Amino acid sequence: MRIYEYQAHEVFSSHGIPGPQMELTRTARGAEEIAKRFARPVAVKAQVLVGGRGRAGAVKIAQSPDETHEAASRILSLHVKGERVREVLVQEALQIREEYYLGITVDRSHRCPVVMASPSGGVEIEEVAKLTPQRIFKKLIHPLVGFQNYQARLLAFSLSRNKERATGIADILTSLFRIFEELDCSLAEINPLVITEDEKLCALDAKIVIDDNALYRHPELSSLGNIEAEDPLEVKARQRGLSYVRLDGEIGCIVNGAGLAMATMDLVKRYGSEPANFLDVGGGASKDRVSSALDIVLSDRKVKAILVNIFGGITRCDVVADGLKEAITRMKRNLPLVIRLSGTNEDEGRARLAHTRAILAGSMDEAARVAVREGKQ
Amino acid sequence: MSILVCSDTRVLVQGITGREGSFHTARMKEYGTKIVAGVTPGREGERVDGVPVYNTVKKARQESAANTSVIYVPHQFAPDAILEAADAGVELIVCITEGISTLDMIKVCCYVSIRGSRLIGPNSPGVISPGKTKVGIMPGAIHKEGSVGVVSRSGTLTYEVVQNLSISDLGQSTCVGIGGDSIIGSSFVDILSLFEEDSETQAIVLIGEIGGRDEEEAAVFIRKKVTKPVVALVVGRCAPREKRMGHAGAIISGGEGTADDKIKAFEEASIPVAESPGNVVQILRAELEQEGDRQNL
Repeated sequence: MRIYEYQAHEVFSSHGIPGPQMELTRTARGAEEIAKRFARPVAVKAQVLVGGRGRAGAVKIAQSPDETHEAASRILSLHVKGERVREVLVQEALQIREEYYLGITVDRSHRCPVVMASPSGGVEIEEVAKLTPQRIFKKLIHPLVGFQNYQARLLAFSLSRNKERATGIADILTSLFRIFEELDCSLAEINPLVITEDEKLCALDAKIVIDDNALYRHPELSSLGNIEAEDPLEVKARQRGLSYVRLDGEIGCIVNGAGLAMATMDLVKRYGSEPANFLDVGGGASKDRVSSALDIVLSDRKVKAILVNIFGGITRCDVVADGLKEAITRMKRNLPLVIRLSGTNEDEGRARLAHTRAILAGSMDEAARVAVREGKQ
Repeated sequence: MSILVCSDTRVLVQGITGREGSFHTARMKEYGTKIVAGVTPGREGERVDGVPVYNTVKKARQESAANTSVIYVPHQFAPDAILEAADAGVELIVCITEGISTLDMIKVCCYVSIRGSRLIGPNSPGVISPGKTKVGIMPGAIHKEGSVGVVSRSGTLTYEVVQNLSISDLGQSTCVGIGGDSIIGSSFVDILSLFEEDSETQAIVLIGEIGGRDEEEAAVFIRKKVTKPVVALVVGRCAPREKRMGHAGAIISGGEGTADDKIKAFEEASIPVAESPGNVVQILRAELEQEGDRQNL
């Protein structure tokens, strides 16, 4: 789960990482008032959970309260990658001498945290990694020993030889690592960390992504829950225990198992269409879940045909078929429905669906091909 | 020989009195797995399906000489369960549990390797050597004894491929679900090296998906170290960036982990990549024939 920038700044500040003067508002009028109080140029930044807001024109510098009003009003009318901007953060604009990057994430291959620092801050770190990888310094952290002061110094001195600066950067790295561990982050990032004209360190941006699997340990964070920014169907699916991701295509997919779901989507693409979603009903494919899944997929108006692909292993296909049959009779939209059942008792399963409106397919390939064809009619 | 597990494997079930644990204990016993003990703290003295239950793994091991543990406990307790098994000297730990926190797993993996245990998973369907033993939740009936090694990050997708193999008379030596999480105890490379050394395994099917660099590392390893034919399948070509596709580990993050990158890595290592689960068999057959020709020369 990603949290908003302003929330991440609050976490930073409670851990002693310095940031600029800033305030949050939902209106252009509010932004203007904040700029008046600050009595200096400000940055107006959209608060969204997706990346790429700079390129979408959702971050602007304003020299006066009037300009702030105008900038905030424009930004508050934007959508960034489909996410509506509801709030803006108004930050004092600083005179900047240097921009650094600091970030901590998990190195999957080495199975440990990795702390990164770069003198090329202010641009996307992926870009730096691609163009000038030698400008990213990394330290793998031993899971049982943890982040040590010497490692913080090592990274800090590779950014600056100035003793005061390096000490300040090392302290920030140490605090950032504490946040990373305490909040079970999958990413904690400051980009950029700036040195101002008066030689102060300041985290201009703040990014925190929390490991979904650790959210149960942080009930305080689910109140930061950013449900209103999420796709309503994704929220609904999650509440019903389904793993669902909405996409842009036309073929609604209902599958048991994440890997099989991805394989099914790939086939839809291969036969010339695009999947409308990822949806995993869970290995067991119980009646309730299959039925909820049909509801969710049918609520997506883009969907032109539905493809159900179930592998019955421990759960028998005839049981899954009973659940499907019931769900089909309750279907409110008359969309083509292609079902493929495979595994234990598959013949009995198919027999039970024989007199429904579902089109039964013998293989995954056939099911995808037929669903794509039906979706185009 | 198969890899990891065989007919002599003595299994203890952690979380044996739970819904999943008791259900799958029965399925494993039906398959012929030697389930010698179960562990649920506070339930010592009970029996589940005739299997004695102990309070601790240590005691269970002393009483039963179990060498393998399979874990079905809820995600909050699973790191502790894995550590307990490693501490008690269990050689092979198979963790079925899904939803364990990443930072917990980082510590757990580190400790497990210090203790010298091998961990499969978490978020794994388990390990099966058809006809010998099944340690996990996969449907036993779709498997068939044979000489194809299967290693995969997912569950039902693996069953799909395995069923196709079995129908086509391509039995399996061992099928290993390494798990769908981002931090897992054994990687593709770890399992590939076991298959390479296993005399019973003649060919390998590797089923990968988006997220991480495990497939890329496997491709390099295969090119350098694996002499047996390998067929790869990579799913998630339609996955958008920064969105988790069901499995905690199936996410393209910071531009890393796309299906295209992984497919390219296999192709660069001259490893054939199947388009879908449906054509794994066909490609594998062709590879085996080529291999046969080479050996006949």
